[in-house]
Amino acid sequence: MPQPFCHAFVIMNETPLVRIRDLHYARGSHVIFAGVDIDIRRGTVTAIMGPSGTGKTTLLRLIGGQLRPDRGSIEVDGQPVHRLRGKALYALRKRMGMLFQNGALLTDMDVYDNIAFPLREHTALPESLIRTLVLMKLEAVGLRGARHLMPSQLSGGMARRVALARAIALDPMMVMYDEPFTGQDPISMGVLVRLIRTLNDALDLTSVVVSHDIKETRAIADYIYLLSEGKVVAQGTSEELEQSDSAWARQFLHGEPDGPVPFHYPAPAYAEDLLAGEEAA
Amino acid sequence: MTSRTLEIWVGIFVAAGLAALFMLAMKVSNLAAYQTGPSYEVTARFEDVSGLKVRSPVTMAGVRIGRVKRIEFDDEALQAVVTLEIDKRHNRLPRDTSASIYTAGLLGEKYVGLEAGGEEESLKPGDRIRLTQDSMVLEKLIAQFIAKFIEDKNP
Amino acid sequence: MTEALRQLGLVGLGFFQRLGRAHLLLLAILAGVPPLFLRFSLVVRQLYSVGVLSLLIILVSGLFVGMVLGLQGYNTLVDFGAEESLGVVVALSLVRELGPVVTALLFAGRAGSALTAEIGLMKATEQLSAMEMMAVDPIRRVLAPRFLAGFLAMPLLAAIFSAVGVIGGWFVGVGLLGVDDGAYWSQMQAKVDLYDDIWNGVVKSIVFGAVVTWIAIFEGYDAVPTSEGVSRATTRTVVHSALAVLGLDFVLTALMFGD
Ligand SMILES: Nc1ncnc2c1ncn2[C@@H]1O[C@H](COP(=O)(O)OP(=O)(O)OP(=O)(O)O)[C@@H](O)[C@H]1O
Ligand SMILES: [Mg+2]
Repeated sequence: MPQPFCHAFVIMNETPLVRIRDLHYARGSHVIFAGVDIDIRRGTVTAIMGPSGTGKTTLLRLIGGQLRPDRGSIEVDGQPVHRLRGKALYALRKRMGMLFQNGALLTDMDVYDNIAFPLREHTALPESLIRTLVLMKLEAVGLRGARHLMPSQLSGGMARRVALARAIALDPMMVMYDEPFTGQDPISMGVLVRLIRTLNDALDLTSVVVSHDIKETRAIADYIYLLSEGKVVAQGTSEELEQSDSAWARQFLHGEPDGPVPFHYPAPAYAEDLLAGEEAA
Repeated sequence: MTSRTLEIWVGIFVAAGLAALFMLAMKVSNLAAYQTGPSYEVTARFEDVSGLKVRSPVTMAGVRIGRVKRIEFDDEALQAVVTLEIDKRHNRLPRDTSASIYTAGLLGEKYVGLEAGGEEESLKPGDRIRLTQDSMVLEKLIAQFIAKFIEDKNP
Repeated sequence: MTEALRQLGLVGLGFFQRLGRAHLLLLAILAGVPPLFLRFSLVVRQLYSVGVLSLLIILVSGLFVGMVLGLQGYNTLVDFGAEESLGVVVALSLVRELGPVVTALLFAGRAGSALTAEIGLMKATEQLSAMEMMAVDPIRRVLAPRFLAGFLAMPLLAAIFSAVGVIGGWFVGVGLLGVDDGAYWSQMQAKVDLYDDIWNGVVKSIVFGAVVTWIAIFEGYDAVPTSEGVSRATTRTVVHSALAVLGLDFVLTALMFGD
């Protein structure tokens, strides 16, 4: 019966790799997500943008299954991450790479061992093959010469590139980049931007990029989500956002100080706060 | 640090720890005393064995030749029956050897001291030492001494 | 009044929650121990930082404690003309009490605090999170080898402490104060029992090692992931370990020698 099979195949290809529906998440009384829907299609580079503290890092952790939503569902490759535990969750995570905002390199090993770490933990490859793979990843991020340095001897930007090499060590189906560009000089920034795009296309990856760097992000992202105050406030391709009449999109893309995006963490009115201080004194 | 030097250090550490345990067992404790060679048993009856313990030494002429194996109470005779374990090498103790309970130093531990008699025939395994002298109990001695003292004063 | 009661309740609640988390963590760690025997190199690395690096302080302290025991013991015993028993006094104090207890206290200060700080910082710098995202369970990969290493190292360290202490006491008593060499060792051997004294001391040190390592690892893993949180956790490790060791010592002593 070739017909149904064909049908199923198409459907599978069409379903997004990550499918988030009605996501609710709060830290104590501080609501971070209040009903977010996000689809990340296979093979694309999707950017998540938004002001500092809106919960972009939190979103990546929810996708990775490190946090559990209060409500709603998160599916990765058809599997409900929010309900997975133990072995199944770890099996899924082997197919996800994540670049942490501050690198999160293991400080008791050098650069080489850091990148070899996931390979050694999850494969039984001979050391010679591991060496080849590690050097390949290091070459890709331009740090092959730094392989004997300890993490404490790296600059912030270098550490993040090492972390990137580590995130792709296991050739995952999806890589999540938490602010990959911060702290990079213009040259390595350009290299990284191209690297993310090339990796994505050459290895048939799916990439999620969290970033504040509008120019670079727009250059590589196929689709952009703008988050603010627990909601998706705008979405679309780079051009669609450019042309959209959403005040959110305009303010964020052009970095205008005035607009709907709040610069301040939620607080009582400024004057009130000052007066309250006076009363207390 | 290379993993080789690290492993060597850990090896040194573990070896030192085991050596220390070995020293505690062999040189500090009485493990050596547990490993008695071939021996034979004789018994002795006492009216009072206070302070004597299992594994207390048995000496002759000040040399340790065995140890106390068991201390029991005989309901019939209302006496203490002490089983002594004596080294097989010393199997020519005369039959009329006597046993006394002594104290090492004024407050030290009790031990069984044997004194040789003059008979030709020697003690055989399972024999009983007939001549015994009891443990000296300090309180009793003092009580006796005071009683005597008072008696002397007021005849 | 009600406010005070409420605070008291909160404190108690917090205490029992932490206790519960500590026990759950211990179970998870223990589940991670058997697979370690297939990857013993992980444990060897930790034996280095927990054991080898504590060796110097243990050797020096053991030697001096033994020497002090020799001096004090001699001064007391010589009044009774019983200085021959010096070996007994030194050896019994060391193998029954001072060996396990002082080693455990030093171990908490040297190795325990280092464990807490290391694990706490790994948490604060998201290294543990990163491992989780690489599908590596930090409890099995990071905590279990450290626990096993502490568990194995502590009895060895305590034995080294006692052995060196006995030699220190010998040095002072026999070497400096003129106690008879033969009497020092033979009296010791006559009075120190392999099971009652040595083995019970080893049991104590095993219990202390497991408890101190457990506290240190839990405090690190449960630390607030900031520099301040880690420094508080490190302090707590030392304080709680010391209290636990002294309290348990009383209980164990009563169980072992209190018949
Ligand atoms: N452990 C925590 N406990 C309580 N609140 C937290 C915790 N971690 C994060 N938050 C809150 O969650 C919100 C989202 O944090 P998150 O790190 O996801 O922001 P972000 O979008 O990644 O910001 P940035 O762009 O600055 O990295 C913040 O407002 C923060 O106050
Ligand atoms: Mg962030």
